[in-house]
Amino acid sequence: MKQGFKFYAPSKLLSTGLFFLTIIFTSLFAQDGDPVKGKSLFNANCAACHQLDKKMTGPALRNVEARLSETEGLDRAWLNSWIRNSSAMIKSGDAYANKIYAEYNGSAMTAFPQFSDEDINNILAYTAKEKAAPAVAVVGTSQATVESSSGVSQEIVLGALAILFGLLALGLFLVNKTLRRFASANNVEIAEAIKRKSLWKAFVQNQFLMLVAAIFFLLSSAYFVYGYLSQVGVDQGYQPIQPIHYSHKIHAGDNGIDCKYCHSSARVSKHSGIPALNVCMNCHKSIYEVSESTGNDEYSKEFYDGEIKKLYDAVGWDDANQKYTGKTKPVKWVRIHNLPDFAYFNHSQHVTVAGLECQTCHGPVEEMEVMYQFSPLTMGWCINCHRETNVKVQDNGYYEKIHKALSKKYGVEQLTAAQMGGLECGKCHY
Amino acid sequence: MSSNKKYWKSVEELNPNHNSAVEMLKQKEFTQEIPVDDFLGDKETLEDSSTTRRDFLKYVGFSTAAASLAACEGPVIKSIPYVVQPEQIIPGVANHYATAIANGYDFASVLIKTREGRPIKVESNSLAKASCGINARVQASVLDLYDNQRVVVPQKYGQAISWSELTAEVSQKLEALKGTDKSIVLLTQTFASPSTYKLISEFKQKYTNVSHIVYDAISESEAADAFQNKYGKRGLVNYDFSKAQTIVSIGADFLGDWQGGGFDAAYAKGRVPKNGKMSRHTQFEANMSLSGANADTRVALKPSQQKVVLAKLYGKLFGTSVGGDLPTNLQTAVDRAASELLKAGSNAVVLTGIQDVNAQNIVLAINEKLNSKAFDTAHPTQTRLGNDKAVAKLVSDMNAGTVGAVIMAGVNPAYTLPNATAFVEGLKQTELSVTFSMKNDETASVSQYVAAAPHYLESWGDIETKKGYYGLMQPTIRPLFDTKQFQDVLLELVGISGSYHDFVKSYWKSAILKDASWNDALHDGVYTSTSSATVDTADAFDSSEITTLSVAVKMLASTPLANDFELTLYPKTGMGDGQQANNPWLQEFPDPLTRTTWDNYLTVSEFDAKELGFYLDTSTFFSQNRHDANGGLNGKYANVTVNGVTVKVPVIIQPGQARGTMGMSFGYGRSEGLKAEMQTGVNAYPFYTNFNTVQNAKVELTDGKHEFACVQLHNTLMGRGDIIKETSLEIFNTESAADWNPMTMVSLNHEETPVDSPDVDLWDEFDRSIGHHFNLSIDLNSCTGCGACVIACHAENNVPVVGKQEIRRSRDMHWLRIDRYYSSDETFEGDNTTKENIEGLGSSLSTFGEMETPSENPQVAFQPIMCQHCNHAPCETVCPVAASSHGRQGQNHMAYNRCVGTRYCANNCPYKVRRFNWFLYNENDEFDYHMNNDLGRMVINPDVTVRSRGVMEKCSMCIQMTQKTILDAKRDGREVNPDEFKTACSSACDSGAISFGDINNKKSAITKLKDDERAYHLLDHVGTKPNVVYQVKVRNTNEA
Repeated sequence: MKQGFKFYAPSKLLSTGLFFLTIIFTSLFAQDGDPVKGKSLFNANCAACHQLDKKMTGPALRNVEARLSETEGLDRAWLNSWIRNSSAMIKSGDAYANKIYAEYNGSAMTAFPQFSDEDINNILAYTAKEKAAPAVAVVGTSQATVESSSGVSQEIVLGALAILFGLLALGLFLVNKTLRRFASANNVEIAEAIKRKSLWKAFVQNQFLMLVAAIFFLLSSAYFVYGYLSQVGVDQGYQPIQPIHYSHKIHAGDNGIDCKYCHSSARVSKHSGIPALNVCMNCHKSIYEVSESTGNDEYSKEFYDGEIKKLYDAVGWDDANQKYTGKTKPVKWVRIHNLPDFAYFNHSQHVTVAGLECQTCHGPVEEMEVMYQFSPLTMGWCINCHRETNVKVQDNGYYEKIHKALSKKYGVEQLTAAQMGGLECGKCHY
Repeated sequence: MSSNKKYWKSVEELNPNHNSAVEMLKQKEFTQEIPVDDFLGDKETLEDSSTTRRDFLKYVGFSTAAASLAACEGPVIKSIPYVVQPEQIIPGVANHYATAIANGYDFASVLIKTREGRPIKVESNSLAKASCGINARVQASVLDLYDNQRVVVPQKYGQAISWSELTAEVSQKLEALKGTDKSIVLLTQTFASPSTYKLISEFKQKYTNVSHIVYDAISESEAADAFQNKYGKRGLVNYDFSKAQTIVSIGADFLGDWQGGGFDAAYAKGRVPKNGKMSRHTQFEANMSLSGANADTRVALKPSQQKVVLAKLYGKLFGTSVGGDLPTNLQTAVDRAASELLKAGSNAVVLTGIQDVNAQNIVLAINEKLNSKAFDTAHPTQTRLGNDKAVAKLVSDMNAGTVGAVIMAGVNPAYTLPNATAFVEGLKQTELSVTFSMKNDETASVSQYVAAAPHYLESWGDIETKKGYYGLMQPTIRPLFDTKQFQDVLLELVGISGSYHDFVKSYWKSAILKDASWNDALHDGVYTSTSSATVDTADAFDSSEITTLSVAVKMLASTPLANDFELTLYPKTGMGDGQQANNPWLQEFPDPLTRTTWDNYLTVSEFDAKELGFYLDTSTFFSQNRHDANGGLNGKYANVTVNGVTVKVPVIIQPGQARGTMGMSFGYGRSEGLKAEMQTGVNAYPFYTNFNTVQNAKVELTDGKHEFACVQLHNTLMGRGDIIKETSLEIFNTESAADWNPMTMVSLNHEETPVDSPDVDLWDEFDRSIGHHFNLSIDLNSCTGCGACVIACHAENNVPVVGKQEIRRSRDMHWLRIDRYYSSDETFEGDNTTKENIEGLGSSLSTFGEMETPSENPQVAFQPIMCQHCNHAPCETVCPVAASSHGRQGQNHMAYNRCVGTRYCANNCPYKVRRFNWFLYNENDEFDYHMNNDLGRMVINPDVTVRSRGVMEKCSMCIQMTQKTILDAKRDGREVNPDEFKTACSSACDSGAISFGDINNKKSAITKLKDDERAYHLLDHVGTKPNVVYQVKVRNTNEA
């Protein structure tokens, strides 16, 4: 996850740069407005129905003022009164107002009487901005050099050490040789080592040692076999490639969407549920592309936009005409967390009753670009948590009497899930 | 020094010129060559085979390696969410819909539990006030939806066609027939549906020459005729047994399917002694029926004698003298019944199942005279309106060629008619025959068009089971196949636009609901009104046979005693009229009385069996055994001849069967539209001449041995009164509980100590006073043995079906069984006395031997047995892997994934409630039942594990349901309400015999039941301290 942040800052810098660049090219129509303020006003009030370059619930608004004055001969006064109360204009019989009204299937634009002239100026200034040129990814070189320099220094140290050891060995050999020469010169007899039985033969012939070794060998191999077998079916870290690259990091992390907004059934059901595609469309009806800053080295903006197109394809959404075609292709997600059939797990018990954070079991989902299984999901892991976790009894009428009596019986302040009976076989296996 | 002794092996060796055989054997012990060629087959082909030995070994090696490598890699599981999730569906949360079943045989308002859009269980609708009872068949009906033998598209002569083609062709033919002298016949089940009858009347208006014939496979036509004659409207009397203190039934199995059934809930209310009072029930009958088994006094007699009994009873009650002869024992029984009836006055009720319009007429008169409170003619039952005579006339008309078109819905006459061949011949002479059917059944296979009909869970509809008591039927799943309802097609034929749904809705708004809300009615599934909206569409009935009462009584009284055997046909509890024959749950459902599955048979009394040679001894070494060593029950075959029709039937000996009578059940012997495994038993409909269930028959022994699949071999208790404790109402009222429900004493240091004393316990008691502690109470008084709980348990807990052969090996998987016991004396009390009087070994051997045989007219007791969830469970302590353990809430847990299948626990269980998975029962072609196909598996409850081969399983006290109730309370942040806990069996029990709850909640009903003076534990001397309590059975044997 480090990597995700690494490139974040430079790309943001770049986009800010581009932003300032565009300001220079601001067209003459909106000279009196502040496009920065306009942008925030636009995002707060208009973005639900309008985009700059794309027809949505309402028309695309890039250069709307210029366009209107050129094609329809309408001035800012007309725009002001339209924005403040469009339905009054329609009623008054204004020709262009009625044309727009008919074109968008008789859905009137929300009135914004609270906008001052300045506000509208600002918004129009924002709409008058030229379209930004697509960002070119020229980032990350400085980072790479830092990384490689650290690599080089390590290699140098290692090389120096190797040379040092080599010199030491050479020194030892030379010292030995010199000493032997002295010995022969001084006629000192170096006692030849007595030919002894080799160590391994002695070892083999020592029955006690053999026995101990055999037992050790058997035990250790049993240990490894056990270790191997007990990880069969444990899929911790399982990170399959999904048919649509859905980034929990963007949704839950960057945008801070609550887990239970999409996984709503976790509150009431045993399943957390994979959200139906109509839940995606609640937002993605208007979010048809990611922002420039979302794209990164690993996954470009085009890549993410392509994934949104996959969603549209699956749900049967015609983005150009803003309507459903009715041709759906349900998404075949690859299931990551999979408990065996004989284990019963209920999300609502943990999420709603116990008030646990989803991250307790699922890990830092908000940092996961690609979802993976964080916990081992083994029985030992479940049990351990039940032993350590206190039951959340506050404001729950169910626990009132039981907790009082049981905690008195066990002589504790706070009962753990295990003390409430959370370790009984039949609570999860039926 | 060597010996010169000669050792020899056989005398032959001593023979100097001994033959070569001995010599050969000396050299070669096995003279015969091993027949290698035989098992390796033809040598030439073996040599020609391209697979050499080395190749073979390579393949074996490779496949073993590949299999073990593949096992290392987990499978990739795909999950596909909705594209647009329906608002009301949350995966993992069950939805309930109120609907109604009306299949022509069973009618009931029910609640359907659905998971992820799949109906998985039938539950009772607590709002239904006039429900006809949710019996075992209704419980099992959800599985019929997922039957892979269903008709999936409409057919013409067996070829698939489209619905538009079918309606166009049918409509064209009907138009051609309109106004001609040939008639158009609608042959339908009893719909009891106001909107359908309205629709049929519209159809009649459009096509003028239409006659609507209502046909019930098992008819109550005589009772309906008598009612129509007396009260001017077709229907059946609505009996409310909760208001009856004295019930006299002559041949009416009202706890079975008599007049549509569904009376057991009200009956059971009166059976629980309250303030020293309970109802008294006298049953006169030939077959042993559920009603007879529950009766306080049961009189076994021939059907012909029943008519005389009824006449005599009439005479006694009306004070007229009636002729006719009866044996003295019957005469005294009638006198006693009459005096009880007179004493009870308006609290008494008389019923009869005699298929004779005059007998039915007499019963109506008797109840009117008694002014019986239980006898309600203002809200007649509408569920059996069939007209036999009209059906019989139709068959002759068809053969005479005067019928142009027959449109059938909900009926299968080619199977259920006694003269089915004549019907089939007649059908060929019609110009148009259409049948609306879910299966390619006997009738569908001879009809021109088969209109694929939906299951009731895919249909719209309405019912009016009793006048003014309505129910609505709504689909709980989108139609699985290309099916269309009879009513929808009828709408098209009549030319009314819109669907049947619209039609029902508008008809309800205008005729039934008036100002009430449709949505409320649909939500509740039931609606009660003071008026009736049913249009009478059936043709008029013929009242010529109805005579005045006095003439009728004389006719009945002079009924001659038949010389032949009298055969009484009856519907079996599990199978009804046979339309659900492809339902494996029902096939494997043990009959409450014979405890036999997968079969029907001829029931014969022991006396007659011995006379005719059907009797098999228990343990004769050389002859055919009654039981095989593996516990399988055997029977002989009989050739039964009725009116020239002969059928070979297996014989079962039924205690309580009146001498000179026999019984045989409908619903079996189906051959079309069902799996080979389900084609069981023998068809009894060919005997059903003139739609009379009583027929004179000739019986003779024929050769062959029949293998029954019976789940209970031991029929008597042999005086073990502590298994079923029972007492009489008199003793119950006058003596203290210590007398009729004594605490068992065990010996401790040579002193009698009560078994519940902590001193005699091996274990220290756990403190279970905090939290929940579940107990189940079973009232032996209100249990009628109907078996609805058994099927409910199957549906809830994914209990597998194992098939006839496995059942025969006692490998049934029922978590809940209803044991049935006969007394070997006249009464169970008599058995206890006999056992007490045994002295010495010789006497005990001979007496116990005799006590194994049930009496000729025994007392019967039903005892539902499931895991007793012992607090000191013997099964838990012996499990080597601790797969069975005890929960603080009183449940005995079973962790399937931990079980290694030693079966030690089952050995150690004194109640024999543990079941072992001898095979893999799902996705296994050897067990081709519902769990072997994708469609059938849709019924599986996703909250309960489907067990695999080699593990033990048993009743869990529906821990998935108790856990869910607790979780609901936790989520709402409240305490669990008293009586909120339920199990599948307790919620399925209409009669209230099974109740479940938390004994730590002082407000729940179970707390009182547990400490009731009638409460006792099964085999309490074992010291298991079960969490299931039974309530002592009290019989009202004293004459009221």
